[in-house]
Amino acid sequence: MDLKYTDAKPSDAERAAVDGLLGPAPTGWEGGERDAADLRWAKGGHEARDRRDLLLPALHAVNDRVGWISEGALDYICRRLTVPPAEAYGVATFYAMFSLRPRPATVLHVCTDIACAASGSKRVTESLTTRLGPPGTPAGGAVWQESPCLGLCERAPAALVIRAGEVPEGEARGSGEDAGEGERGPSPGEGTGRQEAGSQGPGPRGGTGAEPPESLAPEARGAGAGGAAPGFGKGRDRGTPPTHRDRPAPATPSGTAAVIPATPTTAVVAPATPDSLVLAAQDPARAEHEPPPAAAVPQTGDPGLVLLRRVGTTDPADLDDYRAHGGYTALRNAFALGPAGVIREVTDAGLLGRGGAAFPTGRKWQGTASQPVRTRYLVCNADESEPGTFKDRVLMEGDPYALVEAMTIAGYAVGAHRGYLYLRGEYPRALDRLTHAAARARARGLLGDDVLGQGYAFDIEIRRGAGAYICGEETAIFNSIEGHRGEPRTKPPFPTERGLFGKPTAVNNVETLVNVLPILTHGAAAFAATGTESSTGTKLFCVAGTVDRPGVFEVPFGATLRDLLDLAGGPPAGLRAVLLGGAAGGFVRPDELDVPLTFEGARAAGATLGSGVVLVLDDTVDLPRILIRVAEFFRDESCGQCVPCRVGTVRQEEALHRIADLRGAAAAADVALLREVGQVMRDASICGLGQTAWNAVESAIDRLGAYE
Amino acid sequence: MSSVPLGLPRRRVEFELDGETVHALEGDTILDACTAAGKDIPTLCYGDTLTPKNACRVCVVEVEGARALAPACSRRAEPGMKVRTGSERARLSRRLVLELLASSTDLSTTPHVAGWIEEYGAEPGRFGPDAATVGDRGAKVDNDLYVREYGKCIMCYKCVDACGDQWQNTFAIAVAGRGFDTTIAVEHDGPLPDSACVYCGNCIEVCPTGALSFRTEYEMRAAGTWDEDAQTETTTVCAYCGVGCNLTLHVQDNRIVKVGSPHDNPITRGNLCIKGRFGYQHVQNVQGTE
Repeated sequence: MDLKYTDAKPSDAERAAVDGLLGPAPTGWEGGERDAADLRWAKGGHEARDRRDLLLPALHAVNDRVGWISEGALDYICRRLTVPPAEAYGVATFYAMFSLRPRPATVLHVCTDIACAASGSKRVTESLTTRLGPPGTPAGGAVWQESPCLGLCERAPAALVIRAGEVPEGEARGSGEDAGEGERGPSPGEGTGRQEAGSQGPGPRGGTGAEPPESLAPEARGAGAGGAAPGFGKGRDRGTPPTHRDRPAPATPSGTAAVIPATPTTAVVAPATPDSLVLAAQDPARAEHEPPPAAAVPQTGDPGLVLLRRVGTTDPADLDDYRAHGGYTALRNAFALGPAGVIREVTDAGLLGRGGAAFPTGRKWQGTASQPVRTRYLVCNADESEPGTFKDRVLMEGDPYALVEAMTIAGYAVGAHRGYLYLRGEYPRALDRLTHAAARARARGLLGDDVLGQGYAFDIEIRRGAGAYICGEETAIFNSIEGHRGEPRTKPPFPTERGLFGKPTAVNNVETLVNVLPILTHGAAAFAATGTESSTGTKLFCVAGTVDRPGVFEVPFGATLRDLLDLAGGPPAGLRAVLLGGAAGGFVRPDELDVPLTFEGARAAGATLGSGVVLVLDDTVDLPRILIRVAEFFRDESCGQCVPCRVGTVRQEEALHRIADLRGAAAAADVALLREVGQVMRDASICGLGQTAWNAVESAIDRLGAYE
Repeated sequence: MSSVPLGLPRRRVEFELDGETVHALEGDTILDACTAAGKDIPTLCYGDTLTPKNACRVCVVEVEGARALAPACSRRAEPGMKVRTGSERARLSRRLVLELLASSTDLSTTPHVAGWIEEYGAEPGRFGPDAATVGDRGAKVDNDLYVREYGKCIMCYKCVDACGDQWQNTFAIAVAGRGFDTTIAVEHDGPLPDSACVYCGNCIEVCPTGALSFRTEYEMRAAGTWDEDAQTETTTVCAYCGVGCNLTLHVQDNRIVKVGSPHDNPITRGNLCIKGRFGYQHVQNVQGTE
């Protein structure tokens, strides 16, 4: 590999942003000052190329600091990581949150997706157009743009403000270093993630994100946080015979697996008004505080809750409080059972994946654990981007230690020593809480070389997505983590056989993993006693749209859609339809509300539970426009790899535009066209995105008579 | 004396292809088995010298028990598999894929595609006159050696693979953007001379649509003088160095108009360097005699 770089130079801020992640460039070979000695030796090879997985964090670092990624910055990243510039350009242009053109430091992402569209996002965007100019036009140091679902559907319409720049001293988010024992975070009812991070106080290395990069010891950044040293990431898979514990290369004592330098100032504005958005654009730090996660859980305090029981009752920042509420019992039980015992319990409990595909979790773990390859990975899929879905956000914000514990158990069961938590880029508070939780767990020996003194090494690395729905696909997530474009891979081979870095990998959704805790706390039989025979346990549903009490609800499998709607304040007058399962799901008619919410019940009714979306639409909603929005979503989010999806989603959207105001015979030809295109997207697309892109539209035509 | 690498012995796999029991070697794809059985499956992104990306989906076949159709070029034959190549579902997908491609891309220089469009009854025009297309993405003519016609690109990834780790290891081109707006691009989408391109032309060799072509071919097509029927092809040995790569000279009116390389040559497998691919001017530099 003989790479050619451009002559573009990074600015000081860009260089500092990258060096903050990777440590200063040690030699001229990696983009540092070149001296005569550099000409007498060469550096590179596999070791250098094996750091490619730091490409996405490096792009984030520059985008966070400067707001966009210049040619010089991209070139510098490429030199540091030995990545071909053309490929890095391809990766950077893949993600919606990055810009390769100059833009203001403040970007307002205004959600216009189905839940927000049903709650009047159009009024917001129209007003913003008047006050700030059309989307994409910089005005007053800010620019606004329309965004796919931000996962804030219970407070629709929603917006996210991101301001790039150095985080002011004292406001830095902990980058995972120990923030000191004993202090307490804010109680769940108060404060935003930003405040929480600020309140961590001066730990030994607290406030790292704000420190000038010069002060970062290269060994700490390079070997610990940055993962630059051989022996980290996939590099360590090569040539290192597993020890009896097959542990990962140690992070430095203060080091962390979390590759997160300073994050920008963010503000979540929901429900959003034009006024609040303009204010937040002027100064995101002064935007109205986000309500606590428990505000999204109308059932808070209900003793019957299983997955949500700690949300709102336990301090999400306090590890002791988590333990006082039953935390880490499951992990102790897991160690008592041994890996095979854990898998047996999970299998016996009948746990099915909650990410949408409903694959048996025990079988997935068994498939991973039984691979002869010793290095295995766990990936937690927290790239929750399905329009209308926000349950994982509420879990992660309200009970972050639960996910950390559950990932540890899953890692133990499949024999992984490193778990990647792939979190969508639009969840700043979840990032805060999880980073903090992982750091605290690490400081207490609940992550690291010797978890709970049991001789099992496990650590969690948090990876931020950058705005791409497709990265929630189980193989696209690997490509994204590895530093490639987030395009799905062809299956077979399946992830259990060849996944992340080509190693056996178990990929699980957040909600799936959190279910493991009650299974190991109370046993498989107790878990399976809830729900139905083939859908065991409880299920989280994201109820939004025209209901009185939107939010995340937990019900045992078998409850009907009507039961669920009653919890949310009852079906609205003039109920038109319920979108069940999200944009990849389907519509349920008002006369079908007694459909049991189980995997098999939904299937029998021609619907799917998908990711748990229950979007309630009354008859004031313009159904054809909602369908156009669904089609627009898939067209925007198609990775573009295969023809049926790349072109089919465009043709679908075009046809829906043509028939938006037509009915009956006038629409028939395009409906027939939609059916054929839809059939081929379903049959011939590479991955689930293309295969399901026609589901909601089809069900609106067939079940709601959308164009009759 | 030459030797042909045989590779390790492979087991035979028995499976059912269109109702007939066939055998394939372990690791072979369904497409390999179809070719061996004399079945004609259309392919676009499949390349005989590359690992296919299976992105075009024009070769899909129905595998019994599978939810979705399978790309014949990439799915390996498994024992007991039941494959139907001409089922209604498979044919519908192929027809639609051809329609989707032909409606969005200029396929006028893509070999075989006109025949498939006729065979499958594809009607690319039925998406209407306003159907989005990449045809208006103009050609990039920024160097003397080859031209990139973006309107003809079907995003098969073959040039990326040939430039990248499958052959050339130059990594000058990659896929950029997302969705319908993806393009093949060099770094920062700049001009080719500013990029890492070394002008080996191996991307032209594998391009299935003519989106990448010799400057000579591009200009002759524009002038209306390109005439493949009038061309002869002569395979010879490159005279530049001692490796002995094979060159296939395409000659029209006694002038070399394009240089290829045989894909079945076990040394080069169709690949050349800049000199072999583009350094032919001296052969016809016959000043004063014309």
